Amino acid sequence: MRTMDDIYPLMEHAADTLCAASGRPAAAITLERLAAGELTDADLRIAADALRAQAAIALAAGYPQLAANLRRAAELTAVPNAELLRMYETLRPGRATHAEMLALAARLEETYGAIETGAFVREAAAVYLSRGLTAPTP
Amino acid sequence: MKRESEMSAENKSRRFAVLAERDINKETFVEPWPEAGLIVADSPYDPRPSLRIEAGRVVEMDGKARADFDSLDLFIADHALDLSVAAEAMATPSLQIAHMLTDINVPQTAVRRLACGCTPAKLVEIIRHMNVLEMMIGLAKMRVRRTPANQAHVTNWKEHPALLAADAAEAALRGFAEVETTVRVARNAPFNALAVLVGTQTGRGGVLTQCAVEESLGLRLAMKGLTTYAETLSVYGTERAFVDGDDTPWSKAFLAAAYASRGVKVRFTSGTGSEALMGHAERCSMLYLEARCLLVTKGAGSQGVQNGSISCIALPESLPGGVRAVLAENLLASMIGLECASGNDALASHSTMRKSAKLMLQFIPGTDFICSGYSAVPKRDNLFGGGNFDAEDFDDWNVLQRDMQVDGGVLPATEEAVLAVRERAARAIQAVYAGLGLPPITDAEVAAAITAHSSDDMPDRDAVADLAAADRFLASDAGMLTVAEALRRAGFVDIAANILEMGRQRVAGDYLQPAAIFTSPAGAEGSRPLRVLSAINDPNDYAGPGTGYRLEGTRWEALQAIRQAQSPRHFVAPHVGPSSPRLVELGLARPSTRAEIIVAVGPAFNTALTRTIAGLEHEAVLAAILSGVADEGLTARIVKVYRSSDLAAIGYAGAELSGSGIAIGLQSRGTAVIHKRGLARLNNLELFPQSPSLTLETYRAIGRNAARYAKGVPPAPVGVKIDNWARLRLIVKTALLHRRETDEIADKPPQELWFDWEPD
Repeated sequence: MRTMDDIYPLMEHAADTLCAASGRPAAAITLERLAAGELTDADLRIAADALRAQAAIALAAGYPQLAANLRRAAELTAVPNAELLRMYETLRPGRATHAEMLALAARLEETYGAIETGAFVREAAAVYLSRGLTAPTP
Repeated sequence: MKRESEMSAENKSRRFAVLAERDINKETFVEPWPEAGLIVADSPYDPRPSLRIEAGRVVEMDGKARADFDSLDLFIADHALDLSVAAEAMATPSLQIAHMLTDINVPQTAVRRLACGCTPAKLVEIIRHMNVLEMMIGLAKMRVRRTPANQAHVTNWKEHPALLAADAAEAALRGFAEVETTVRVARNAPFNALAVLVGTQTGRGGVLTQCAVEESLGLRLAMKGLTTYAETLSVYGTERAFVDGDDTPWSKAFLAAAYASRGVKVRFTSGTGSEALMGHAERCSMLYLEARCLLVTKGAGSQGVQNGSISCIALPESLPGGVRAVLAENLLASMIGLECASGNDALASHSTMRKSAKLMLQFIPGTDFICSGYSAVPKRDNLFGGGNFDAEDFDDWNVLQRDMQVDGGVLPATEEAVLAVRERAARAIQAVYAGLGLPPITDAEVAAAITAHSSDDMPDRDAVADLAAADRFLASDAGMLTVAEALRRAGFVDIAANILEMGRQRVAGDYLQPAAIFTSPAGAEGSRPLRVLSAINDPNDYAGPGTGYRLEGTRWEALQAIRQAQSPRHFVAPHVGPSSPRLVELGLARPSTRAEIIVAVGPAFNTALTRTIAGLEHEAVLAAILSGVADEGLTARIVKVYRSSDLAAIGYAGAELSGSGIAIGLQSRGTAVIHKRGLARLNNLELFPQSPSLTLETYRAIGRNAARYAKGVPPAPVGVKIDNWARLRLIVKTALLHRRETDEIADKPPQELWFDWEPD
């Protein structure tokens, strides 16, 4: 039976399969490649698969909320930086109307396949509505 | 009773006047006022624990029906509580769970399982049964990571990049696992984050770094790879305070996921007192509101929290039980499986005694980070609120660790090593600035940063040019890779490799797990591969004596090797010189009936030792005593006692031989006694235990007094300067000089010495 010590840390135990968001294997992130001008920012970005693997580890170790967070994170790897910042801004209190929040949930689900995050935003939209945390409808 | 203000001036106590000037009396102390939220625990308005679950959904929590839930209640009920264990946890008496916390036979996991099913009010009720000692035991068991660690703050008033890099490198060398910086001017954030990244990775690869700024800006810095963790995701225990903080539990949870999506470690921030400070405590106790914060943190999926009142610390400390409540916060966080960076950061007291005492509550049990920011710079350069412990306390901290065999996460460092690493870091950031076309860092700035203590030692920079460059840098594509490449090109290959390794680790995400840090040998060389330590591969398994983290082996050796520690083997050498040829042993000393004084010296006198602890030559001491005896018209014989090194025994043996019955006992280290035949051995006429304070004048006075006792003339006691610090300062030397004297003990009767000396 594989124990946690056989899986974690991924850097050690998944060295062969671990890849950056760009698809570049972690083992190929080296000073030599840097010198050759081969590395890009995406080579230092975590991939959704790695986050899902970490989520599974957290869940197995008894940290279900952290696992859920890492699954949402895996979904959010698809969202570009600027839009991710805008999404966070939308969720701050009083920023968005109920409809705008539902639109955000839909965009997460439909454009980025972020099912768990979309559901999380829908839940927030309902709470914000009941607690007066939405922006007044224009 | 008269009020103090009504007392007349002549009725003022001098003692109270002195007490009023003490540091502790610069603090504010107030009585509890629950309606204003000024109560640390047990507000009469705190709810009583309750939980009802219907169809897998919480319908009542802590006395409130679901229809009345605010957004925090909803978030806690739906995301934080483990409903599979909640019924059992809530049915278990709180006292029983408190017992489990202190019982070494109950493993951490069993306590955590129940704690994760407890409502905020239930968590507080458990703590209510515990005193600080019990909480410390609980903390030692519940801490998430087995290995304790510490975090540093590195900032400076001038926001000077070379100084930031040098201080960050020193902090890394000193063993801090995380380094946090922040800004005075928000636009400087990218440069401060950059300097601290380069500095830490110079000092030791694998140190995690962050820059505390507004949430969106913080995320941008992380996206550029300039930081590896974020900590200042603040949460509050009431909805109104939360909204004033411009977030909701959902927006904070989204932010946490956003950070994680970029491979950045996240820790939330909360702490007692913040709601009261923001005017939204809703009459609840600080600890109850903190329990709510912690459950929001847990529900949001943050791996950990920095708590322990943090920047509000003086508020709970103004109230009775405040420091206990702050410890309770740390324990609650650990109980529910959150990594805890346990405060001890912002200035908490004027009184060093109070500060240190408070620190012990986290220092002794150990937490994931003892300080959620030990100021690795002087207080005046700390932009986080002062720094309760700062760069000027490094030696004190190292000594505390050595005293208690406790790992407080800070390694001792030599001046030489610190200067070397500071130089490297300042040169490295200079090279990065040059490589990226940023406003140059001059050689003079580098030189100043190497030896600087604070930003007062640094030249000013062109702030306008720096800020404009910072704006451009933030807006550009430049990030971690650009920085690593600039370093590599400039020949700082090892530092470039360390930074690239942080990027590679980001791809793996191992440090997203609870309480993760990287360990590696000190120094940039050989720092790779990094080893991650977290709750997953280093879970705290404390189960009583002999278990859990133990400070031993090479780590203990490193922590005890403070630079001030010296070999005790050399302490005696300054007290050994050539023996005086004017002092000659004649043979067996015999009793006499003459009117004389005996000066009985110890077995090492003028042979194995030749100087007293005060550095006086034995010959000179003898001459002084004999002069004193001569002043009173008497003479003295000198005998050497061999069978004991004990002062009373030496004096006693002398008195036995003395014609007058009066003898002066004199140990080689200089301690003296006037003894009299017939007195009990441990009794005496006068004792002079403070040998470091004894001068030749004192010895002469001792001789005079001994003679006056012999003549039956009542002497005034010899005045000796009292120096209560002497024993503290010289106790090691005292022990070693006494050991040398004891080594000379021989089984032979007292021998008479001839001293070639005449009075003036």
